[in-house]
Amino acid sequence: MAGVPSKLRYRPFNLGRWLTWGLTALVMVVLPQIFTQGYAITLMSQMGIMIVFALSYNMLLGQGGMLSFGHAVYSGLGAYVAVHILNLAGAGKIWMPLSLLPLVGGLGGAFFGVLFGYVTTKRAGTTFAMITLGIAVLVDTWATMSRAFFGGEQGVSTDRVIGKPFLGITYGPGVQVYYLIAVWCLVSMALMYAWSHTPLGRIANAVRDNPERAEFIGYDTQRVRWFTLIISAFFAGISGGLSTINFEIVTPDVVSLSASGGVLLATFIGGIGFFFGPILGAVVFSFFAVALSNYTNAWQFYLGLFFVLMVMYAPGGIASIIVMQLQLIARKRFWRIAPHYLAAGASGLVLLAALILTVEMTYQLSENSANGTVMNLFGVNFDCAKALPWAVAVGLWIVGGILFNLARQRVARVWGEIQTELLQARA
Amino acid sequence: MEFFVISLLNGVSYGLLLFMLSSGLTLIFSLMGVLNFAHAAFYMMGAYAAYSLGLKIGFFPALILAPLVVGLLGALVERYGLRTVHPYGHVAELLFTFGLAYLIDEIVKVGWGLTAVPFRVPAALHGPLFTVYATEFPKMRGFMMLVALLMLLAVYLLVTRTRIGLVIQAALTHPHMAEALGHNVPRVFMLVFGGGTALAGLAGVIGGVAFITSPSMADSLVPIMFVVVVVGGMVSLAGSFLASLLIGLIQSFAIGLDWSLGGLLDALGVAVNAHTPLYSLLKLQLSAVAPTLPYLLLVLMLIFRPKGLLGTRAD
Repeated sequence: MAGVPSKLRYRPFNLGRWLTWGLTALVMVVLPQIFTQGYAITLMSQMGIMIVFALSYNMLLGQGGMLSFGHAVYSGLGAYVAVHILNLAGAGKIWMPLSLLPLVGGLGGAFFGVLFGYVTTKRAGTTFAMITLGIAVLVDTWATMSRAFFGGEQGVSTDRVIGKPFLGITYGPGVQVYYLIAVWCLVSMALMYAWSHTPLGRIANAVRDNPERAEFIGYDTQRVRWFTLIISAFFAGISGGLSTINFEIVTPDVVSLSASGGVLLATFIGGIGFFFGPILGAVVFSFFAVALSNYTNAWQFYLGLFFVLMVMYAPGGIASIIVMQLQLIARKRFWRIAPHYLAAGASGLVLLAALILTVEMTYQLSENSANGTVMNLFGVNFDCAKALPWAVAVGLWIVGGILFNLARQRVARVWGEIQTELLQARA
Repeated sequence: MEFFVISLLNGVSYGLLLFMLSSGLTLIFSLMGVLNFAHAAFYMMGAYAAYSLGLKIGFFPALILAPLVVGLLGALVERYGLRTVHPYGHVAELLFTFGLAYLIDEIVKVGWGLTAVPFRVPAALHGPLFTVYATEFPKMRGFMMLVALLMLLAVYLLVTRTRIGLVIQAALTHPHMAEALGHNVPRVFMLVFGGGTALAGLAGVIGGVAFITSPSMADSLVPIMFVVVVVGGMVSLAGSFLASLLIGLIQSFAIGLDWSLGGLLDALGVAVNAHTPLYSLLKLQLSAVAPTLPYLLLVLMLIFRPKGLLGTRAD
């Protein structure tokens, strides 16, 4: 950590950190008081679960440099362990308060992390990615075939209202479940943040950046990867346990490849280079998956396109974009570039409108053709078999394309000027 | 005997189809170090392109044209997508192709709908080719084997006997030297990526017509394709050929066999009944676990022989 003065890091009372965590907690407490609709509670609960899942994934990808295509194996198996324990508790065979169920999921996830992780972490890089894919398919195939543990294709369902109410909390209403998720989410966030400052977290960074040198200073890189994966699987399992409580059913979908792909998308979109990146990513992803899927069947298309554009043009994710702006604000240069951002954003909206129009009309003509060719977009009714809407779409593409390109060049130029100035000021 | 011959033929024809897919993947990986996650998506595009073209120009012209269209798209993807990501390293490239696969899946769903399209075997390939012990071997399967073998021959001749093949081989082992000698290595990358995806497209036309053309046809192939490439040793065309046949044969034989661990113990003289510990595991038949066998092979291979059948490097 060269460049960071030690007095900033080891002050007895780190005000900035307490403020950030305090505000996060406050937002989590206050939000359901403002948005009280059941729909909003559902969305926020899923965001909380996804935040834990994405952060645990970033422990692998961001901190340990391990690209996994099968992380849902751990959250999913954790969810299965949790649902069986919950059913046993519901039948009165064992004592288990619901509030502690996510811990059971976490231990389940960690158990499979020990088991599978031993195989997968033998290699790093591309080979690691492929072994995780193999394991994920193996588990997925087993899940749909085996009835005893996985319950076949229907999955295992449960009832979260067990035992006597404690202080009036039954976990029947959604908002009580939300607060349970929020508490677990906050605790997990704090623990994962703390983990990134432990010796293991640090050496995981070293193994990510230069495995050979890590070996030379005496660390077994395979063991570091394995331990990292076990801890990551533990937190993934916690998110699995939370989803068991939230949905009251666990189907083989939770261990599927698309679930593993989803967490990869969420984490990367948010940004793997910063601790708070996956949190943003989880919020955006849940928004796409829960909110946008109500409006369009092509939501995965928009999500995929967003992801590809991020990989190509902003590999640091949303978090890196925000941090770059914060630097500009700190150096009092932000207002010079802001108008150009505005122009780029406005022309980007034109392109977005062109994209949405094209995609939705194509969709109406193919999959939705049974419902006729008349469709409604943004409150406008039109017939997508006619030439006019297509002409509008083409027009939007051309106009938006030209304007966006101009604005993009401006932004790049001003950005370059500011960077040069800052460099000169430093010299 | 009948079971053996039929399983052998089915296994070989499926293995050859897998090889059509994995050859392009191996070429791309060995040259560019890019594990093309979207390879199966290009396979699917081949099927859909041939279906749409076939409606207008008939199956056989579409068989030629569709792979060319897919290859062109692949070259464009390399030129304007992959090359942008290249400076960020292999993980970024893998992520890009992952996103691309996701995107192509969705484009197919938006463009052609969620259900399978009626992409049928052309009349000329209907009916049996020959009969083995009362079981008919369909012409389509024979055609599949023929196309795969022709393709194998063509790729082999192209890589070993032509000028461009020599440049590819040079760029494979000594990219800097090839560049210093005045060859445009990035263009070679583009050509190989386009060529590899065109092979995937060709496999898609055959696979789509022989099996099913639906938006999920790629999903089921991604993992198995990777198994082939890893087992074959990542950079070896011959290795991926062997691995394709091996996996094709494992799949087709396992489906037809009702062997189980319990049966094996029985044959060895150990009585197995419902009270034996782990009975549910012992009674599992080979046919029931057939879909998982390739992945077990992958995991075992990575543990015991990580460089693959004919590979040269361990990671």
